[in-house]
Amino acid sequence: MSLLMRWRKFVNVVMLSATGVCALFTVSVLFFILGYLLWYGGKSLNWAFFTKLPVPVGETGGGMANAIVGSAKLLLLASLVGIPIGLLGGIYLAEFGGRAFSFVVRYTTDLLNGVPSIVMGIFAYTIIVIPMKHFSTLAGGIALGIMTIPIAVRTTEESLRAVPRVLREGALALGASKWKTVATVVMPAAMRGIVTGVMLTLARVAGETAPLLFTAFGNNFWSPGWNQPIASLPVMIYTYAIAPYDDWHRQAWAAGLVLLALVLVANIGARAMVSRGISFRRA
Amino acid sequence: MAIFPSTVNRASFSWRARQFVQRLKHGDEVAHLITLLAAASIIVVTVMLVYQLYVNSALPRQKFGFGFFTGRTWDPVSGDFGALPFIYGTLVSSALALLLAVPLGVGAAIFLSELAPLRISNYLTFIIELLAAVPSVIYGVLGIFVLVPVLRKFVMPFLKHTLGFLPLFKGPIYGVSMLAGGVVLAIMIVPFIISVSREVLMAVPVEQREAALGLGATKWESTWQVVVPFARVGIMASIFLALARALGETMAVTMVIGNDPRINASLFAPGYSIAAVIANEFTEATGDLHLQGLIELGLVLFLLTILINGLARVVIILTTQKGAAQG
Repeated sequence: MSLLMRWRKFVNVVMLSATGVCALFTVSVLFFILGYLLWYGGKSLNWAFFTKLPVPVGETGGGMANAIVGSAKLLLLASLVGIPIGLLGGIYLAEFGGRAFSFVVRYTTDLLNGVPSIVMGIFAYTIIVIPMKHFSTLAGGIALGIMTIPIAVRTTEESLRAVPRVLREGALALGASKWKTVATVVMPAAMRGIVTGVMLTLARVAGETAPLLFTAFGNNFWSPGWNQPIASLPVMIYTYAIAPYDDWHRQAWAAGLVLLALVLVANIGARAMVSRGISFRRA
Repeated sequence: MAIFPSTVNRASFSWRARQFVQRLKHGDEVAHLITLLAAASIIVVTVMLVYQLYVNSALPRQKFGFGFFTGRTWDPVSGDFGALPFIYGTLVSSALALLLAVPLGVGAAIFLSELAPLRISNYLTFIIELLAAVPSVIYGVLGIFVLVPVLRKFVMPFLKHTLGFLPLFKGPIYGVSMLAGGVVLAIMIVPFIISVSREVLMAVPVEQREAALGLGATKWESTWQVVVPFARVGIMASIFLALARALGETMAVTMVIGNDPRINASLFAPGYSIAAVIANEFTEATGDLHLQGLIELGLVLFLLTILINGLARVVIILTTQKGAAQG
């Protein structure tokens, strides 16, 4: 009996410690990633990285200024596509929607959220690159924009639903029409959640490579306008990391550090906004 | 809304029309229409996506039919396209990832929900959720420069030495391999398993634990024999969601799996996945048949992830209906 008891206690301690090791291991992965990127990326990050264009193979130096601007342009396009549809769609689901149609919308939104990013690239290729006959900023931005829609819709809907009924009823009782109630009372109250959702989804697509490979493609120079192939940080990291040149690897690390820093700052900022309660008031 | 029910019945049409005009004046109908259009556009985009994938993969469907999925050669030069190596690679690397990630993820979730104090658990979960936000290309960079060398120098020789009699661990060691792909995927999907499983475990009523402990179970016995079975359906759902992620993951896998379209029993041999071949060959496709073959692969990948996501959804619906399963 006491032998069994001792065995059970032994198993108890071993297994519980094992779960602790699992948790510790997983958490440490983030610090590994951060550590490696800070070490290798930090070593090769310099001012030229932010201000210079890539140089031809064989020369050392140069930077990724065009990729940084490119990523910003792509994100701008993505927000122009994704945020209006996301917000309005979310408002529809929370405020106006009928039952059956809302169900279909929600279902397709989830479906769209599950589409692998590379497939989204193929889609943008077939609807934009094939008719235009060349790669373009537009195609990349739209591919990313469609990817932002699902999360924007769902967080908008959830944030709006979290606004107490009383607020709506108060506005309606004062004689405001429904859209005025939504626009001036409900939306401001839900703004924090909505902004968080939008930030998170933009941070996610900012790091996407696969949908850009054959839409925005890449470019070693500046890309004026919206109609030409454009460089972006994730695609640059990919091409530089798989190339056989040490100097390119160095730059890939630096770009990785910049990208990761941006994504993590956006994530931490978004979460801090939720928990600390920085609220957005209308002017 | 009906203010005078009696008049509504008599002149319901004109009343409704007047209501409509009034709402139009206030902008409600316009707002309704605009938001409806936005919502409908989501459906339109999704339908268009499926349609475009289908229409643009007509050539290989006509030429190869079902043979596309069973063919083992992928030869753009001679125009012979069989997708089996890629389907195999996607399935094997994902299965490998689950094999590594499920014990790790469920273990960590148990620690976070059952053992760690709430504050610490919340901090750790926050870090784990940040891990889910790291772009896949960065996992790829670390995969190439850190993980693959470590596997090549230490892990693979060790496995070959100890388990080399299994066909899984035979053959020359390159570093880039199915094993590397599986390990990278595992690391990438663990956060999803943890954050969903932890929530499911935390939702298990505390009475369940108390009853087990009261009967003399140790902490581990109460966790493993009572709490985990109680939450098993939710944990299953988290695994399905993670699997859907793994199937569609592109960049990190492309960078470490070796990109060799051959089916090989050994995990040390390079492989190829559906997403990886699309990423690598799409811009260099040698003709319409090649390009459409890749698009058909995209369609397959899409349907696979939809299927797995659908299963996860069914599991979740089942749980919520039965009330978190009766243990």
